[in-house]
Amino acid sequence: MPLLPFYKKIMLKILKYSFYDLMRSRWSYVYFAFYLLLGIVLLFLNNNLSKAVITLMNVIIVLVPLIGTIFGVMYYYNSKEFTELLLAQPLKRSSIFLGQYLGVAISLSLSLILGLGIPFVFYGLFKSNAIWDFSLLLITESFLTFIFTALAFNIALSQVNKIKGFGFAILLWLFLAIIYDGLFLMSLILFEEYPLDKLSLVGTLLNPIDLSRTLILLKLDISALLGYTGAIFKKFFGTNFGLIISFVTLIIWVVLPVTRIIFKAKKKDF
Amino acid sequence: MKQTILFLTAILLAYVSYAQNTEVCQTCTWTSLKEAIAHAKDFDTIYVKKGTYKEYNINIDKPLAIIGQDYPVIDGELKGEIITITSDNVRVDGLFIINVGSSYTEDYAAIRVRKSKHFTIQNVVLEKMFFGIYIEKSNYGRIFHNKVIGDAVEEYNSGNGIQLWYSNYIDIEHNYVEHVRDGIYLEFSNNCIIKNNVSAENLRYGLHFMFSNDDVYQDNVFENNGAGVAVMFSKKIKMLNNTFQKNWGTASYGMLLKEINDAEIRGNTFKENTIGINIEGSNRIEYKNNNFTNNGWAIKVRGACYGNHFLENNFLYNSFDISYNSKVNDNKFDKNYWSNYTGYDLNKDGIGDVPYRPVKLFSYIVNRTPETIILLRSLFIDIIDFSEKVSPVFTPDNLLDHNPLTKQIVW
Repeated sequence: MPLLPFYKKIMLKILKYSFYDLMRSRWSYVYFAFYLLLGIVLLFLNNNLSKAVITLMNVIIVLVPLIGTIFGVMYYYNSKEFTELLLAQPLKRSSIFLGQYLGVAISLSLSLILGLGIPFVFYGLFKSNAIWDFSLLLITESFLTFIFTALAFNIALSQVNKIKGFGFAILLWLFLAIIYDGLFLMSLILFEEYPLDKLSLVGTLLNPIDLSRTLILLKLDISALLGYTGAIFKKFFGTNFGLIISFVTLIIWVVLPVTRIIFKAKKKDF
Repeated sequence: MKQTILFLTAILLAYVSYAQNTEVCQTCTWTSLKEAIAHAKDFDTIYVKKGTYKEYNINIDKPLAIIGQDYPVIDGELKGEIITITSDNVRVDGLFIINVGSSYTEDYAAIRVRKSKHFTIQNVVLEKMFFGIYIEKSNYGRIFHNKVIGDAVEEYNSGNGIQLWYSNYIDIEHNYVEHVRDGIYLEFSNNCIIKNNVSAENLRYGLHFMFSNDDVYQDNVFENNGAGVAVMFSKKIKMLNNTFQKNWGTASYGMLLKEINDAEIRGNTFKENTIGINIEGSNRIEYKNNNFTNNGWAIKVRGACYGNHFLENNFLYNSFDISYNSKVNDNKFDKNYWSNYTGYDLNKDGIGDVPYRPVKLFSYIVNRTPETIILLRSLFIDIIDFSEKVSPVFTPDNLLDHNPLTKQIVW
């Protein structure tokens, strides 16, 4: 068995600890139960997998980032004392914080995937052609969980004041989920005399929530509604190149805040 | 009146007694349809037996009945037009016509009727053709129970299934048309009845009217066409009990109305179309008892539409119910059922107490800047839609259904 380097072992241990800690606390189960219920109710009301995927997307595209943000901030502040205890040990700082971050993000994604996956699988997902749309939904939403948890950890690391930290975290979610779209809409209307294809493409790529929404919408039947603009988008996102670009963008959205976590954790004075 | 009928019957009987039956088959006196027609007398009946006849440019220039038995095949070998009818009182029945030649300078048809009256074309099957049945300056005909199956791929080099040009009083019933450019096309043709047809998978339109007035089309099904029905530059057309469905694509419509006046649209079903009805420059139209279900846009009003009435329709689960591109409204919405209606009915009379605003702010914005559609289903859009609903600023403030029904209408 190849021996893992020491710091990686430590990171995995902390990851495991954070993960089990969250599993033991009731929140993960509440979160899991919520998605389970949502999935069952949607399937019951819609009677149609493809439609249920659309409605589901509508709900979780704003909810997943919100919960990721709040959970991230909450977990960091709650386990602060334990973190300080760990810091007193001869451990690498990056492994401590990365372990915690991954613990939170993975447990949240797991609740999401299992909570939504179970009702859909029982409803006959594997026999339907909505399976790709649904997998895409789960993948992008997991990405969103990772992105927003990382952003939350960033905010919590930079803010000693809990109230301020929560405030900034909520503000960040508000900005990316709602205000960004408002500004985006304004700029589109403002520059309506110019060709807007590129602007709208770039605007979508820059915000992970918009990017996920567009990726899923284009896969669904509803994309015919998008008309001319949809055709341009489909030409971009429908190709492998576009898909790769969008996933690369999502990965960048994860990597950048995580690097900042490592960087900030190294410098921070506790 | 009675005397006229008696007189006509007498004449007909006289003719019938003169009329003879001829047969065409491989072993008969006449082995080709052309020979049989050349030797036939007026009002004869020619029976075409089962077999394959390689003929084209068959000209029927006298009143004959040509009846195929067990669907004989007339194969044009892609050389040109197959049957041309230039006489009154011709009946073509039960033929299987294939391989019409295509041309960029002439509209070759499987069956063409030219300047004739009282013709009947029925039980005919057409395949691999350019134009199917082409009626030219002919009146009082009947096209009944035919099957037209084309193999059109591109609009510019394909023909229409059934085409009427300067022809009035034609009945088109129980036909099935698919995979051509326009399923049924009427140009300068008035007083026609189009009934119980199915027009599907056509490149452009299922049914297309141009400069044709006083026509009726009812109980037809238009499915999966480029656009279901296009009605353009025509007056007083009645559209009753048709089904428009699955005309789904980035530029697809269930029905396209352009410069249409005084029409009646009643009892139709628009289901799963990108745009249910697209209206432009159309006035005084009555929309009543129609079902709009699961469309992207149920009705898109483009402009210059005045005095239209939308009464007692069902608008069910459309992404957008109505889209308007101006603040002016001269159309009336009354007693419709809207599935998006969120008001209440305190006195339980089945009419909601709060008027319904069918135009969302987002649909107004999308009309102005089409690119904004990418924000579809964003939370921000829901918020501004809600605020616009509470206090309208951008959408026409008199565009209201004052009596929205609380239960779906059943008729």
